[in-house]
Amino acid sequence: MKVLGISGSLRRDSHNTGLLRAASELLPPAAGLVVYDGLGELPPFSEDAERDAPEPVVDLKAAIAEADAVLFATPEYNHSIPGQLKNAIDWVSRPVLDNPLSGKPVAVVGASTGSFGAVWAQADLRRVLGALHARVIDEELPVAYAGEAFSADGSLAEAEIADRLEGILTGLVRAAEPALVAA
Amino acid sequence: MSTATAGTETAIPAGVYRIDPVHSTVGFEVKHMISTFRGSFRTYDATLDNSNGAARLAGSAEVASVDVRDENLAGHLQSPDFFDAANSPRIEFSADDVRVAADGSVAVDGELTIRGITKPIRATGRYEHVEADMGGGERIGLNLESTVDRRDYDINWNAALPKGGFALGNDVKLVVNLELAPEEA
Repeated sequence: MKVLGISGSLRRDSHNTGLLRAASELLPPAAGLVVYDGLGELPPFSEDAERDAPEPVVDLKAAIAEADAVLFATPEYNHSIPGQLKNAIDWVSRPVLDNPLSGKPVAVVGASTGSFGAVWAQADLRRVLGALHARVIDEELPVAYAGEAFSADGSLAEAEIADRLEGILTGLVRAAEPALVAA
Repeated sequence: MSTATAGTETAIPAGVYRIDPVHSTVGFEVKHMISTFRGSFRTYDATLDNSNGAARLAGSAEVASVDVRDENLAGHLQSPDFFDAANSPRIEFSADDVRVAADGSVAVDGELTIRGITKPIRATGRYEHVEADMGGGERIGLNLESTVDRRDYDINWNAALPKGGFALGNDVKLVVNLELAPEEA
């Protein structure tokens, strides 16, 4: 089973990309996680550019279509989703009835260096993904004080946070399983 | 004051014992979001006085010395949302009922004052006594815990979360590990 990880941060040493790497170690053995790294290549969305969609957009849509499930890790900018992540979703959403996230099991986690762990960005992202008819896991993982949340090996330092992430991943993989059986 | 019968208690040696701040900690734990937030105080004092036949414990912690891993949060904790340091710079505790059982378990009934509000609390934990440490000195250890509802002390700040519920728990566990040495004559 293939899980696509999409980090909402473009920062080289992003805590949220780190959160995806930590998640890859907690997935059930039958599942593997591939981290998408093309977010920074996407141009700003414009209807004018849709007819001959830019290659990075085609690649992102294909990566989502090929995945059995998608795990988003989002930072929080001004209490909401980072612009570059919203931009990516706006590209993917068109046309909405035939978008690759429609019916796709997705989960949202997030990390921030402050004390709230991107909890509002996660809530907004779940709402947006719902608009694309994704099958959104109704859970959140607010990783606060992200600068100290990871051990040297990249794993989550606190067992209760790691356990909760593992639970979310189990739910995500379980949600994706019926699709595999049907395929 | 004790209702326990003779033979079921450990006697604390007579004398006055003062805090060894290098080997002690005064901290707290509270549920925050999905994890447990821990903080401590760097400046505190404690005295165990067993010079008159009844063990009394008194201590205090300076609010300004609160040690958390986020300086913005440390500042917030000084504000009226939390400890209101400008009006109540010190947290104080006193107990005139320190009881040590034969197995070393200890129960302390006392009063805790935060923000000028005094409430009775019970702390429990372990008592240790060392006749002579590495330096030859006598040491007493008191490792105590108690859980209080911070709202009892008018510390009501919270933040609503998008899925419902609140960011910060109300039950705060106080975790105090004291190492005490006989007061210098």
